[in-house]
Amino acid sequence: MEPDTHSSKTALLVLGCPQVPVQTSIALYLISRLKSSGITPIVAGNKAANTLLFVADPDRHYLGEVTDLDRAVAQIVEKKRDFDQCFVFIHNDAGISYAATMAAISKARLFVLIYGEHQGDLVGQITFPCTKIAAKAVHNPLPLKKVIDEVAPWAA
Amino acid sequence: MGCVEALNYEILIRDASFKECREYIKSHFSESIDVEPGFKIFDVHTIGVPPIAVGLDGDFVIFPYTKPCHGTFLLRVQDAEEAARLRALKKAK
Repeated sequence: MEPDTHSSKTALLVLGCPQVPVQTSIALYLISRLKSSGITPIVAGNKAANTLLFVADPDRHYLGEVTDLDRAVAQIVEKKRDFDQCFVFIHNDAGISYAATMAAISKARLFVLIYGEHQGDLVGQITFPCTKIAAKAVHNPLPLKKVIDEVAPWAA
Repeated sequence: MGCVEALNYEILIRDASFKECREYIKSHFSESIDVEPGFKIFDVHTIGVPPIAVGLDGDFVIFPYTKPCHGTFLLRVQDAEEAARLRALKKAK
């Protein structure tokens, strides 16, 4: 994989609670696709979500910068940093709150990845402008991967 | 970067939805202010679907605090200075 130091576009991946297994798998997949397209991915999550990625990618073949979620929000609000794209992982109400926050504070093009048992209900609660990528995926990441591939956000 | 643990808070509701927190504030407190996501209360950037309701009750500030794994908590913190700041902001709106 090519190093990402010369990329001009950036993408922030906002991770949710890692209790739904597909999150880590899809995050690594999306990171790979973004990097292959010359987009630098930056991951923001809580300690558990970030640690799952660190352990899954110990030699950092995929992972680049990883930051604390609260810190990422603070940097955007304080206008110290922003991104070209933002992907928010959603499988619960908190995920919607984070996505709505990103829609309000960031200029990034917003994509929301909605999955888990209650993805149908969650999709209906999203009223802010964004591209919705949704599938009923809990343990098997393939339904969500399929929708991501159809949307191909790395080509947007 | 703020840390809610530095505050002497009381939890009014735990593991709630943003909507439940907004409704609780509107129905339990006669005084409130609507803020946008990212608005700083104490040293914490608020997370939520706008408008985010923040309650005021004397010297107490009541606001939602969201964690990815635990939903939204409604916290009550006594701080006359912060309550006065929010009241002044409300007046200026």
